[in-house]
Amino acid sequence: MTTRSTPRVLGAALVAAVLIAILSIKLNSFRDYQIAEIAIEVTAVAGLTILTGLSGQISLGNGAFMAIGAYVTALLLLHLNWPFYLVLVLAAAITAAAGAVVGVAAARLRGPYLAGATLLLGVALPSVAYAYTGFFGGDQGLDVTFTTPAFLGANFPLTRWEAWVCSAFALVTLVLLANLGRSRVGRSWRAVRDDEVAAALAGVNVAAARVLAFVVSAACAGLAGGLLAIVTGLVAPGAFTITLSIALLTAAVIGGLGTLPGAVWGSLVIVLVPTYATDVATSHGLSSSVASNIPLAAYGAVLILVMLLFPQGIQGAVRWLLGLFGISSARDWRPSDVSPVQPREKEGTQ
Amino acid sequence: MKRSNRLRAPALAVMAAAALAVAACSSGSGASPSPGAATGTGTSTGSATAPLTASAPGITPTSILIGSHQPLTGPAAPGYSEIAPASAAYFAYVNAHGGVYGRDIDYKYLDDAYNPTQTATVVRQLVLQDNVYAIFDGLGTPTHLAVESFLNAQKVPDVFVASGCDCWDQPTADPETFGWQLDYIREGKILGQYIAQHFKGKKIGYFFQDDEFGMDGVKGLDDEIPSSMVVSRQSYVDTNVNVAPQVAALRASGAQVVVSFSIPAFTALLKLTSLKLGFSPTLAVSNVGSDPITLSGLLESFAKQGGATVNGNSLTNGIITDSYAPSLGDAANSWIALFKKVHDQYDAKAPFDGNVLYGMGVAYTFVQAMLAAGRNPTRADLVNAINAGLPQGPLVAPYAYSMTDHDGVTGAYIGVINNGALTPEGPVLVTDTSAAGAITPSTTAQPQAPASGIPAP
Repeated sequence: MTTRSTPRVLGAALVAAVLIAILSIKLNSFRDYQIAEIAIEVTAVAGLTILTGLSGQISLGNGAFMAIGAYVTALLLLHLNWPFYLVLVLAAAITAAAGAVVGVAAARLRGPYLAGATLLLGVALPSVAYAYTGFFGGDQGLDVTFTTPAFLGANFPLTRWEAWVCSAFALVTLVLLANLGRSRVGRSWRAVRDDEVAAALAGVNVAAARVLAFVVSAACAGLAGGLLAIVTGLVAPGAFTITLSIALLTAAVIGGLGTLPGAVWGSLVIVLVPTYATDVATSHGLSSSVASNIPLAAYGAVLILVMLLFPQGIQGAVRWLLGLFGISSARDWRPSDVSPVQPREKEGTQ
Repeated sequence: MKRSNRLRAPALAVMAAAALAVAACSSGSGASPSPGAATGTGTSTGSATAPLTASAPGITPTSILIGSHQPLTGPAAPGYSEIAPASAAYFAYVNAHGGVYGRDIDYKYLDDAYNPTQTATVVRQLVLQDNVYAIFDGLGTPTHLAVESFLNAQKVPDVFVASGCDCWDQPTADPETFGWQLDYIREGKILGQYIAQHFKGKKIGYFFQDDEFGMDGVKGLDDEIPSSMVVSRQSYVDTNVNVAPQVAALRASGAQVVVSFSIPAFTALLKLTSLKLGFSPTLAVSNVGSDPITLSGLLESFAKQGGATVNGNSLTNGIITDSYAPSLGDAANSWIALFKKVHDQYDAKAPFDGNVLYGMGVAYTFVQAMLAAGRNPTRADLVNAINAGLPQGPLVAPYAYSMTDHDGVTGAYIGVINNGALTPEGPVLVTDTSAAGAITPSTTAQPQAPASGIPAP
């Protein structure tokens, strides 16, 4: 197993932070908002890609984990008025606890049964908000107030601050996940994914590894949900439909399952393609019934094309391109040494 | 481990490419607020010959850019997706006949699929990137709530929200936001009074959407219908299309009249599920969920999905509802004639139904407000113009608009659906949102539509 030093990952994160800071100042307020959206998506998708790509478990319920994080954030801000960063960390922690509960059940299920159980979670959980309308605000949801801190001055654009906050949390998440993926925990996940019996024989606690993956994934989703709550300013069940859970999985797959850069690619596609397609559709004077469906069609077309051309996702394509230019080490920058698409592929460097 | 020393290059490549992707998408869009906004021409409306200036964001000497969020796809799209194109059709008519003080109205509406997260995104796109002058007719209660405080913080006029929630009437907290359609409390009161008077001693059941819309409606109903008459209260959520449990409970309660505060799709589901269970109460449905043409189409398509064939029009016969707009079947009404003419010319592909009428009516009101805001209006001028009150137009009752009231139309008449059209029963009734507020016949007759089709300045 190659060890890649933490300073290198930190360096990459620092470069990304500087780039995002420059972009957020150069671009207009709406693009700042989109940076925040992308960062939120990255946070959630990174957690899911670890769960599915590394530990081999599928989840169609991470949208529900986002809902938990979002409601925890809204309720804590509303009733206790704690500082937002503390609330976000708590939201991640509480969602992680929920993830542990789900994970214990999930550890007993495989394949389609696991997909079905998590799908149930994704569909059912947001409905709890309707059952206790007094507490959760029902369909109307809960308001979340988020403002720029005083030290930035009165004229600092809120969307830029949102972009910074979300990007900071996303980058910290990515760094932590990159380290975790390379650690003993990450290796045990891959071992469990590839062959449970062999992993157990080698001394890996299979059930614990599987539950832990769910906990990590839920924590990421909870954090993303909390960020979503402060950025959109409202937490309502309409935002956490099953479509959200499926979009997260789609982003992970399009980007390249099991790879953190893939989570970034997938998030870029999910956030930017619909907006871009809408702009194109409306600027070409199409009738509204056609134009309004173009983003959905574009989304579908991108999904089909990526899967046909690059079954390992966009990150697979990037690696292939870099390989063409002789940068063979491209495959190093991911926590997974073994692609889930070819589970039995072995590295010769052990 | 020789490969570890080459790590930095690909890592940087990934990051740089990601940054470029974001930057590339922003090209050609970074419009800055027009200079007029900064210099501020104040509230001076100028003389009739004053030159047209870029007096506010979204306003140029030749155009007014306004934006909206609409459910063009998703569960709320059937019916409601016709509203924005109908508004755009009326604006096209106005533009073709001289525009607003010579400016064309450019109406950009984006799809939010009735999802509050998407509403937050598209409205920020419209305000922060496209620099619209105002948000017009944003559709839906949970969706619009997601942007109400953003719009008020940005001081963007948020006019004529397409929802009857009483929550748009908060002139102190949200001075930029105005309702337009009859709010659900007033509607519930008017519908409730009719039922209490015409079905004395009968058992009444409620069927309502489990949100602000349904609850406000029930609040209004309860003001008028004695609680001893109500035998069952059933709510549904718009994400669960199985309403069989609710309908079974209504049937078991022996309800003879069912009052429904539902969106069109769930009115249709209520009707079809009742048929299936052999339950045929008298139906009274709120205006939002009772457009006969939309309903008839939904009934036929839902029945087809279930492998049955029904006649939509005959199923809607006898439904009691209320309307704050003239009946579509009333060809003699000058407003229906005007909007039919505009529809045939600019929006002929859509059916001429209640949604189209809604879209045109609210667009007419916007033109009224823009004309009142003056020749070179700032954003504040539009809000002040509406606060000063607008003359009654395409709707059957006057508006409530004032400094202290941001509700829209104040009344409606009761009607019965007959062969796909609404037959009015009784006078136009007006009331307020308080429980004690009397329901009285409207004292003002609806004015005639202007011959030009465009409100007088």
